[in-house]
Amino acid sequence: MRALQHFTAVAAVGLSALLGAGLHASAQIKIGAVLSVTGPASFLGEPEKQTLQIYVDAINANGGVNGQQLQLIVYDDAGDANNARTFATRLVEQDKIVAMVGGSTTGSTLAMMPVFEDAAIPFISLAGAIQIIEPVHKWVFKTPHTDKMACEKIFADLKSRNLTTIAMISGTDAFGKSMRDQCVAVAPKAGVSIAIEESYGPRDSDMTPQLTNIRDKAGVQAVVNPGFGQGPAIVTRNYRQLGIKLPLYESHGVASKQYIELAGPAAEGVRLPAAALLIAEKLPASDPQKPVVVDYTRTYQQKTGQSVSTFGGHAYDGLTILVEAMQRAKSTDTAKVRDEIERTKGYIGTGGIVNMSPTDHLGLDLSAFHMLEIKGGDWTLVPGT
Amino acid sequence: MAQLLQFISSGLTVGAIYALVGLGFTLIYKASDIINFAQGEFVMLGGMTTVFVGAAGVPLPLAALIAVAVTTAIGLALHRFAVAPARGASPVVLIMITIGASVFLRGIAQIVFDKRFHSLPPLIDSDPIQFGGAAILPQSLVVLASATVIVIVLWLFIDRTLLGKAVIATAANRLAARLVGIDTRRIVDFSFAVSAAIGAIAGILITPIALTSYDAGTLLALKGFAAAMLGGIGSAPGAVVGGLSLGMIEAFSAGYLSSNYKDAVAFLIILLVLFWMPQGLFGRAKIERV
Repeated sequence: MRALQHFTAVAAVGLSALLGAGLHASAQIKIGAVLSVTGPASFLGEPEKQTLQIYVDAINANGGVNGQQLQLIVYDDAGDANNARTFATRLVEQDKIVAMVGGSTTGSTLAMMPVFEDAAIPFISLAGAIQIIEPVHKWVFKTPHTDKMACEKIFADLKSRNLTTIAMISGTDAFGKSMRDQCVAVAPKAGVSIAIEESYGPRDSDMTPQLTNIRDKAGVQAVVNPGFGQGPAIVTRNYRQLGIKLPLYESHGVASKQYIELAGPAAEGVRLPAAALLIAEKLPASDPQKPVVVDYTRTYQQKTGQSVSTFGGHAYDGLTILVEAMQRAKSTDTAKVRDEIERTKGYIGTGGIVNMSPTDHLGLDLSAFHMLEIKGGDWTLVPGT
Repeated sequence: MAQLLQFISSGLTVGAIYALVGLGFTLIYKASDIINFAQGEFVMLGGMTTVFVGAAGVPLPLAALIAVAVTTAIGLALHRFAVAPARGASPVVLIMITIGASVFLRGIAQIVFDKRFHSLPPLIDSDPIQFGGAAILPQSLVVLASATVIVIVLWLFIDRTLLGKAVIATAANRLAARLVGIDTRRIVDFSFAVSAAIGAIAGILITPIALTSYDAGTLLALKGFAAAMLGGIGSAPGAVVGGLSLGMIEAFSAGYLSSNYKDAVAFLIILLVLFWMPQGLFGRAKIERV
C-alpha cells in the first residue's frame, strides 16, 4: 500500500512535470528555507522544518495564497554558515524563490544576508541575535525576540521589587555570552548596577566558588544567570546548597520543563522571562495571544507527537507574516511583498504582537515576554507582567 | 575562612568526579598500554542507561546494576570487535580506534536515548552538610568514598591475586606472558570489561551532581585523562590524587583569580608538572627490560 502510494505520488509528479511544466510552475509560489535540521543546532532546525511543512500543507489544502499553491524548498545547512550561504545562492539563482523564511542560527543568517540583499528578496530570519536587525537591512526581518529584551524584562521586574544592585553569573557558551553582553549594555539605562560578575563553562559540574564570591559581596540584592543547557540547573542547585536567600533570575534560555526537573526543589522561587508559547494553557483567557499559542501547540503536538518549543513558533510566525503580506500585496512581486512585511501591524503570533516599521524589522516589545515564577514545581505567572 | 572551606569543598566535589573518571583509564593502560578515549562514553552510558531503565519502571538500584552490566558488555565488545582485531598495530593506531569508538558510542546514545539532559536522585538524599560556614553535598562524599574503595580493590587485585599479576605480566611483555601460559587476550578482555564497569559506576554516582547527556563523556574523559596524566597514568592512587589536585586548582582559581581562566590555569599547572615530572606525580619511569 505504502509502495503504491509512493508510486502514484512519483507518477503524479512525473506527469505534471511532463504535461504542465510551464503552466504548473507559474501557478506556484516558491518559498525557500535554509535550516539547521541536523548538526549541533538541530534542536532549532528540526521543529522549524516540521512547522513550516505542517503549515504550508495546511495553507495549500485551504486553496493556497491568492489562489496559488505554495511550494516550500528546504535545505539543511547542518549548522554550518558556509553551507547556508551556498544554499542561499542556490535558492536565488536556481530555485528562483519569491521569499525566504529561515536561517536557524545567527551565524547562518549573517552569512546569508548579503545574498538576499543583493538579489532583493525578502528574508525573514529565525535567529536570535540583535545584529540581524540593528542596523536595519532593507530586505531582512526576523521573528524571535532578542536577548536584550529578556534583560530589559528582568530589569523591569527588579525595578518593581525595588532591587537595583545585582550580581551576574553567566555561561561562557554563545548564548550566555551574548545575553551577558546585552544585559551589561542595557543595565545603566535600566538603573541597575552590576556589583560583581562571574562565569562558568557550559559543562562545569560545580559553581559554588563563583557563587561564594557573589554571596560574600556586600550590597548584592539579586542574582541574574544568563545561560543555556545544564549550567543554570547546577547554578540553581549550588545556590540553594550555599543557602543564598537573594532572588535568583534565570534567562529565557531555560524556559522549559526540563530545567525544573533538573534543578528540582532548588528551583522554587526562581523567576525568569518566557514567551507565551511555553505557558499556553496558563495564560488568562483575556490574553490576545492565547488562541494563537493554544492552536499552534495543539496542531504541532498532534502532527509530530512532540512537545512545542519556541523555535518552531518562530517559524510559524515567519511564515504567517509572509503569507499575510502576500495576501495584502495581492502579488508575489518581491518589492511589494517586502513593503507589506514592513507594514505588518497588530499581527498576533506565538512570539508576541508584531508591529513592524521601516526602523524596526522585529516589531516586538517587552509584552512579548511574561515573567514567570516557579512555585510547587510548576510555572506561575507573576501578576502584572 | 568560610570562603576557603567552601572552595575546598567545591574542589573535593569536582576533584572526586575527575578522580573517579580518571581511575577508569588505569587498568586498560596497565594491561595494554592503550589510553582508551572511549572511557568518557562508559561514564555517560552508566548514567544514561540508569536514567532510562529507571524511567521504564525498574527500581533504581536494579537499573544501576543493569547499567553496569550493559556498559561492561559494551567494554568487552569494544575490545573483542574493534581493538583485538588490530592487535599487531602500534598503540597510536589503537588509541585512534578508541577515539572512533567514542564517536560511535556517542552517536548511538543520541539515537537510543535522546539529546536532553538528565539527572538521578542522590544516594543519600539529605541537606548539604555544614561545617565552618561551608556546605558540601553528601553525594560528593559518596563519590569520594567510592573512588577510595575502587583504589583499594584495584590495589588488592593487582598486588595480591594471580590474575592481577597476569595483568602486570601482560603489560610488561606480551610474548613472555604467553610463553608462561597466560592467555593475554583474555587478560586484556578482562581489563576492558573492568574499566567499563568502573566507568559506569562513576557515571551513576556523578550524575546526581554533574547531570548527564549523550555527549557528557567528551569533557569528562578529557578532565579524567588530565587527572590520570597528572597523577601518573597507570597508577590508581595517582588518578585519585591527580583528580583531587585538578579539582582544587580549578576551585581555587575560580574563587580567588577569575572564573574565566580556571580551565586555563588548571591546564597550565598540568603542563608545568608534566614538564618537570614527565611520568606524573606517582608514575614510575618506564624501564626497558632487556
